[in-house]
Order: sequence, then C-alpha cells, then structure tokens
Amino acid sequence: MFDLDRWREIFQSISKNKLRSVMSGFTVAFAILLFTLLFGVVNGLSNTFKEAFADDAMNSIFVRVWKTSKPYKGLQTGRRIQLKNKDYDFVKENYESKIEHLTARIYRNVNISYKNKQDNYNLRAVHPDHQFLEKTIVDEGRYLNDRDLKERAKVIVIGRLIKEDIFGEKPALGKRVNMNGISYKIIGIFSDDGNDNEERIVYMPVTTAQMLYGNNDYISQINVGYNPKLNLDQAIAFGNKIERDLKKKLDIHPDDQSALRVRNMAEANKGVGQFMGILYVLVIIIGSGTLIAGIIGISNIMIFVIKERTKEFGIRKALGAQPSSIIGMVVQESVLITTLAGYLGLSFGTYLLSLIGNSLEEDYFIKDPSVSSGIVIGATITLILAGLIAGYLPAKRAARIKPIVALRAD
Amino acid sequence: MIEIKNLHKSYPIGKDSLHVLKGIDLHIREGEFVSIMGSSGSGKSTLLNIVGLLDEHDEGDYYLNGQLIKNLNEKKAAILRNKFLGFVFQSFNLISYKTALENVALPLYYKGVSRRERLKTAMEYLDKVGLKDWANHLPSELSGGQKQRVAIARALVTKPKVVLADEPTGALDSTTTDSVMDLLKDINDEGMTVFVITHEEEVAAQTKRVVRLKDGVIISDELTKKATQSA
Repeated sequence: MFDLDRWREIFQSISKNKLRSVMSGFTVAFAILLFTLLFGVVNGLSNTFKEAFADDAMNSIFVRVWKTSKPYKGLQTGRRIQLKNKDYDFVKENYESKIEHLTARIYRNVNISYKNKQDNYNLRAVHPDHQFLEKTIVDEGRYLNDRDLKERAKVIVIGRLIKEDIFGEKPALGKRVNMNGISYKIIGIFSDDGNDNEERIVYMPVTTAQMLYGNNDYISQINVGYNPKLNLDQAIAFGNKIERDLKKKLDIHPDDQSALRVRNMAEANKGVGQFMGILYVLVIIIGSGTLIAGIIGISNIMIFVIKERTKEFGIRKALGAQPSSIIGMVVQESVLITTLAGYLGLSFGTYLLSLIGNSLEEDYFIKDPSVSSGIVIGATITLILAGLIAGYLPAKRAARIKPIVALRAD
Repeated sequence: MIEIKNLHKSYPIGKDSLHVLKGIDLHIREGEFVSIMGSSGSGKSTLLNIVGLLDEHDEGDYYLNGQLIKNLNEKKAAILRNKFLGFVFQSFNLISYKTALENVALPLYYKGVSRRERLKTAMEYLDKVGLKDWANHLPSELSGGQKQRVAIARALVTKPKVVLADEPTGALDSTTTDSVMDLLKDINDEGMTVFVITHEEEVAAQTKRVVRLKDGVIISDELTKKATQSA
C-alpha cells in the first residue's frame, strides 16, 4: 500500500531527527559493509584457487613412468619403465564407462623454421581428445582428428605465440614449416588459458611422432579425463585402480612410487574443496554474526527511539491515531532506514572490493573479490526482515500503552 | 452530550487500590461551558481522561453523544476521539518537530482528509486563534500563550462535539490566561461544548457552570454569574 501522506510523515520524522536516523542507519551500514568485504575477500581467494586449476580440465588423471625403486618378481631395481600403445589400449578398453576423454602424450623438443625465422619449441604428440583435457581453444583452422592419426599425417597445430614468433602478423594457417628436416602443414592455431608456455607448444598426431621418431610404439604419458558423473571419492578410487592395474600389468611393485606415478586432479580438488568449504563455513558464521550484531544494534536503537517517542505517540493517539497507524509508521520508518543504510553499506563494500580488484593477487592470493547477486539479495531480504522485526516489536508495545500513560511520559 | 451515571474508577497501587472516583453523576448538554474545580487528588483529571476516552472507567455508565461507551478497543476509541473530541493540555503537547500549521493539521490526517484540504483548514483555524503569521514556526519558537492557542486550533480543527481542556492555563501567566480563556469563551459562543478542568477560581469564574469535586464525589454543581448574565 503506497500512502503518500504516510511517507511524508516518515520523511519528516527522519529528516527532523537526523542524529537518531544516522545512528540507527550506521549500525546496519557498517554490519553490511563488513559482511560484504568478508564475503568478497573469500570469493577472491576462491577465484585464485579456481584459476590455479583452470588451465587443465578439473577431471584429469595423469599417468607417468620412470625407473623402478623396488625389486619385484625377480626384476631389479632401476629398471626403466616404458609405456606403450598397448597400455593406452588397456586403459581404453578396461575403463571405458569411467572415461570421458583419453590421450597419450609423447614429448619432444623441435626446431621450427620458416623462411629465415626459426626457433626451438616443445612438441606434444597426442590423440584428438587432448584438446578437451588441456582445454585448448582452437582460434584458427582445426585440431587434430582421428583421420590424421590413422594416416600418420604430417600436420601440426601450433600455439598462438609460435605463430607470432615465426609469422608475425602474416597468416600461418595452411603454411608448411620445416620441423627438424621434415615439412609439416599447419592445420590449426590455438590459445590456452594457462601461462605463455602453454601457447608455445606444437601438437602433432601421436602416430606420426611414433613413426618418425624411432618407429616404435612408445608413449611418454597417458592422460585420462574421467567421467564427470563420478564424484570426487569415486574419481579418487578410479585413479587408484588405474595405478594398481597398470603396476600389475607392467610388473611393478605395488608400493613403488617411483616407477609409475598417477596424479589425480580429484585429490587436489578434494583438498581445495575441503579447504574452501571450511573457509566458507567460517565466513558464514562470522558474517551472520556481524549481521546479527547489526540487527541487535538497530533493535536497541529502535527500542530507545520508541521510548523517546512514547509521548509523541500518546499525542497522536489523543488526536485520533489508531494503533495500527502508529505501528505502521514506525515499521515503515525502520524498514526504510535499514534498507537504505544496508544498500549504502553494500554499495560501499562492492565499491571497495572493485577498488581492490586484482591488486592483492600477487601477495595475498585474492583475485577479483566480489559478492554474488544471490548473497546480495539474501542480505537485502535479511535487512528488510530485520528492519521489520526491529521496528515491529517495540512499536507494538508502544502502541498498546494507554494514551493517558503515554502522555505522561517524558 | 455527555451523560455520566454512577461512575467509579480505581487505580491499583501495589496490593491495594486507590478509589479515585466514587460515583459521579453528571449531565452536560450541548453548548455548555463547564469547569470542573477541585484540588489535586480530587479526581478531576481522572474524570476528564475518562470523558476523553483516554482512560476506561470501572463501573457506571457513560454516554458520549448518546452512544454508550463500553469495552472500547483502542481502534474504536481512536475513531471516537478523532470524531467527537478535541483536547487542550496543560503542557500543550505539540509535536516538537512539526510546525504550528502541521500540528494543527495532524488530526485531519488521522481523519483521512487530503493534504491540500488539511493545510487549508488548518490555516483557517490558525487565523482564527490569531497565529496565521506564525504558521511555519516550530513550537520551540513560540511563547507559552501562542503554543496553547496552536493547541486550541488543533483541538477545533476537526469540528468536534466537545473540547476538553485539562488545566489549559496551568502553565501560563495571568495575561495570557485571560486571552486563552477569551478564546475558549468565543468558541463556546459559537455553540461548541467546552469542558475545562482547573484549580483556579478566576478561570472557573469565566465559565458558565462550575462543578466542584472533592475526594471523588461532586460537592456542588451551580451556574456562575456569567451564565445568568448571558441568559
């Protein structure tokens, strides 16, 4: 119900009693300001952690091999383990339902030359699924496909910065470059959210690399993207199972940490998730504590204000004010002050957070601190409710006082 | 206009109760100018509060404008006060942050009158009490007599049936007392029922009927010279 006269009464009451209005507003504004800053800073921390893992898909499991550190089944320590295509196929066939993406990797260093420019880069020979596991963004052309692998095509996909190094502003797509004496066609140019090194990488079909570099079926690493439907615990169990099965297949002692290593992002995620979870619980406790302190503050002030105005209410009642009109006036005034003050606190808080921006990222791991709209809406609703309660309870009591008693009050 | 039969009122004080009004019978007709005299503790203020619906009686009947007043809730009492009664208090009871004009207009706000109409009517009544030029002053900028005239204008603005004045001159010096009483007399001359409470003989002498109260009972009820003069 919009009652212009009621609002006029309220604005007059607020503007003629500035100190008391500012006092009650300040409590709320300050509580909301602290609340906003607290949530913003924690969100900033959370952003930094998310960023740290954003480079690669969150559901990755990496399998790497090195030398054995324990004798097993009569085999000696120090035996060099080598992953091969059949190990890749083993993973692919055995865990099909749990795998979303799968790729092998072979690492090489290559020298790329084109006309009079040349430089050294890291090469990764991979399967097409690698694109999803590394979150590679294809800017031009296309990524490797199954046909490239089947045909052992001499094609490469190069990083954005290689293109800049070698071609500058000129088009690179479709050009042929000389890589360690062999001519390759550039079929795609990509970018990556990770660091600059990620954009100085050359991708080529794993089969092409195996044919040209040693003519064997060796691979350096297997990357698995597990099915995102697995929860973290299931994903961790899955990683452990791959490790056990591969160790058994490759005759590695089950406790040998050196010969075969499985790095599972799920484990890191779980750690970060737990850490952030605890942090959020803490923030919610502290944040709601701050809000409650603000609410108690405004309730106290409203009780005082209403006591101070008891006589005024008595006069109003003698002149014909109904109790509901007194309660309505006080509640509306209280809601108005809390909402306005809360909005001010919120705006100032978000403004401060935007000032902080990314400046604390280096030293304090706080990136882009901000509050989500859900939290803003929640805090606003809390405020309006707080204003309602803080105004209603004492106002109801004041409205119940007999006018004769109220008039006597000073 | 006001008819009271065998009215009793007690206030609880600790475990005991103080019997303030011990069976009052009083009949005030429309257009009368009545004063209630009595020393403090005689029950005169209690009587006015009951008549003014600011307090409830324990026993007896009270008819206001022919309507039996019984078991009123706050809302009904507020509506009746707004409709039938105008109050003038000893301590003026103006709202300190509102101007004279806004104070006078306030009862009309509770009556549901539009703002424009409210301010126009309030200005007429301020003019009537001779304070048109002070309309936009706050109560703190007015003298005692001026404040009481604003309060009288506020009491009249809803055109009530009865104006109830509780020691209207209690806080004023003798000259301003006279001007306030003259004002009340003028109002009465226009036909309004005026009901004054006082402990000052001079004030009572300017009304037309004096009811004397002592220890919660009426000890005398007689017309004054003024009444016989004007009659």
